[in-house]
Amino acid sequence: MATIGLAHYLAVAALLFGTGVFGIFLNRKNVIVILMSIELLLLAVNINLVAFSVELGDLAGQVFALFILTVAAAEAAIGLAILVVFFRNRGTIAVKDINTMKG
Amino acid sequence: MTMIKAIVFLPLLASMVAGLIAFVDCGTDKDKKHRMDAYAQYMTAGVLLACMVMSWITFYNVGIHGGDAYTVKVLSWIQSGGLDINWALKVDTLTAVMLVVVCTVSAMVHVYSIGYMHHDPDVPRFMSYLSLFTFCMLMLVTADNLVQMFFGWEGVGLASYLLIGFWYNKPTANAAAIKAFVVNRVGDFGFALGIFATFVMFDSVNLDVIFSRAEGLSNATISVFSGEYHAITVICLLLFVGAMGKSAQLGLHTWLPDAMEGPTPVSALIHAATMVTAGVFMVSRMSPLFEYSDFALQVVTIVGGTTAIFAATVGCTQFDIKRVIAYSTCSQLGYMFFAIGVSAYQAAIFHLMTHAFFKALLFLGAGSVIHAMSDEQDMRRMGGTWKLIPVTYSLMWIGSLALVGVFPFAGYFSKDMILEAAWAAHTGAGNYAFWMGITAAFLTAFYSWRLIIMTFHGKPRADEKTMAHVHESPKVMILPLMLLAFGACFAGWAGYNYFVGHDAAHFWGNAILVLSDHTALEDAHHVPAWVKYLPLVVGGAGIATAYVMYMFVPSLPEKVKRAFGPIHTFVYNKWYFDELYDLIFVKPAFAIGRFFWVWGDQKTIDHLGPDGIASTTQDTAQKVSVLQSGYLYHYAFSMLIGVVAMVSWYMIFHVG
Repeated sequence: MATIGLAHYLAVAALLFGTGVFGIFLNRKNVIVILMSIELLLLAVNINLVAFSVELGDLAGQVFALFILTVAAAEAAIGLAILVVFFRNRGTIAVKDINTMKG
Repeated sequence: MTMIKAIVFLPLLASMVAGLIAFVDCGTDKDKKHRMDAYAQYMTAGVLLACMVMSWITFYNVGIHGGDAYTVKVLSWIQSGGLDINWALKVDTLTAVMLVVVCTVSAMVHVYSIGYMHHDPDVPRFMSYLSLFTFCMLMLVTADNLVQMFFGWEGVGLASYLLIGFWYNKPTANAAAIKAFVVNRVGDFGFALGIFATFVMFDSVNLDVIFSRAEGLSNATISVFSGEYHAITVICLLLFVGAMGKSAQLGLHTWLPDAMEGPTPVSALIHAATMVTAGVFMVSRMSPLFEYSDFALQVVTIVGGTTAIFAATVGCTQFDIKRVIAYSTCSQLGYMFFAIGVSAYQAAIFHLMTHAFFKALLFLGAGSVIHAMSDEQDMRRMGGTWKLIPVTYSLMWIGSLALVGVFPFAGYFSKDMILEAAWAAHTGAGNYAFWMGITAAFLTAFYSWRLIIMTFHGKPRADEKTMAHVHESPKVMILPLMLLAFGACFAGWAGYNYFVGHDAAHFWGNAILVLSDHTALEDAHHVPAWVKYLPLVVGGAGIATAYVMYMFVPSLPEKVKRAFGPIHTFVYNKWYFDELYDLIFVKPAFAIGRFFWVWGDQKTIDHLGPDGIASTTQDTAQKVSVLQSGYLYHYAFSMLIGVVAMVSWYMIFHVG
């Protein structure tokens, strides 16, 4: 069985990232899905960082990964809070109804 | 020395203060408004009376007493290379005479306005304009350089514009104001060119410097449009164009009759007694230049003589009382100019002075009549009032006698002097002017008495309501008239020796230069008896004709009118000058203006410029705004595509 190398990690990260991206703009239903997709994007980046950190023997990458986890947590919290307020105001969180920026 | 500063600048101060009073908001408080009006009236009138007294003192010191001319420097104005211009007040006899004329008439008009403008809603503004005019006129006559004179020149033009258009909700008044301003621009253009040419030739615009260099440059030439011309002639003709504009000489006279749209005191002050004589003053002031150009003097003579006869003929046919007097003014200015043309500057200034008195008197008298007739100006709707307003009636008689030149009234001395000088010049132009002047003198007498008879005699032609209301003017209007009448009676008699008689040399000092071979004024004292008495005879004949036509045989004017149909129509329509100018200048100017407005501005510049850019932007924005779907994921998707495109581009072209 072949050893799992850097390429594998990167491939997983790319797949994860792609999933996140498509999750954002193919999704028509729910804003929470968008938030989750953003989490996926961040995690994909984290995998990249950690993989390169191990590969290059540089701890800075892992430190960054920890920072990103923190930021992601904060972002999720704020995002959900906004979502709650938004729901109170508009009575919906369906993505197709959120088009007040239409020109 | 400080007195002259006071004379010139006090009216400016008064004008400013009255102008500020005009801004006081009285709301509906009638008492407060009357109080404010009274402040403005009495303050400006008081200042002008003080100026009048000071001007008489100056006149006595400089003129009669024979004191030296002096110049008072006020401020330095422009210093640029060789150009060095000061604000300075030059006082010599010529200036002193003008000071007396301007200050006296102005003071009388200020006092008169207290009564005449009593009911007007804008009294402080009116008084402010009047004082502003006085200041500018004083600036003009005391100028020691041409640029300062030009300042005063434009200043009086502005004041004239403001005052003609004083009743700004009357469209005719606005049109007349604009006309006066535009026609004067033509003259001012000539004046400005004259100043430039003077600076080119003399390297200075200071009058004293110019005069001291004039003889040395009397044969110099100047190149105009690649032709060589006698420099002083060119300068003098340009300056004379300016004088023609301001003094309403033939060709540039059309604004003066229309200027009668202004309030009557304005007509008296500006359009009869002072401002319109600025041209005469300026040419006299420039006598050291004009003397070296015989051609320019001839032009002045011929234009003056033609104006005298032209305006007199038109005056005989008009029915508006103020217009008749306006044409009379125009005609008298013609007399002054042909006096200048035969080098009798002193006689011109003498006539200017006497004319100021009796013409102001006539205008203010006409104002008194108009006031009495409830603002009626058409003589066809007057008549039969002489018993009702005897004081005004007799004052009009005095003014008319002076105008016609009946002994011993003022006009007799000055007008005869001019005619004698014209005859004594023995030049072609002089003779032309003399005969024109004699004919004009006949017509002057005719239209003066036509005016008096139509206005005061015969059956009342106004309606009963107006006739019942006819009343003598208040004292505040009559008293200034009395003083002017005093001047009209005695100014000629008193001034004769000083202005043109034995004491003339002593009186004038160096104010006016006449070359020794220009002897018209001297010879005028030794003309044959028939020349001396002819003006008086034709004057009497004119009066008699007027009596026959309008008093004894009232049907005669109609018959004459029918007999000379085309000629009468021609003269009645003021020789069709207005129509001619309308056709040659005004209509094409409007057409060109309209063309540039519609095609140049609206359809080209606006269409392609501001409007074009605006509508293009709007169209584009409308199209682009469709892209703004409002869905977040659309934006995110386009961002992603952008990122992918950029990264791909980078990978393909820059990596490896």
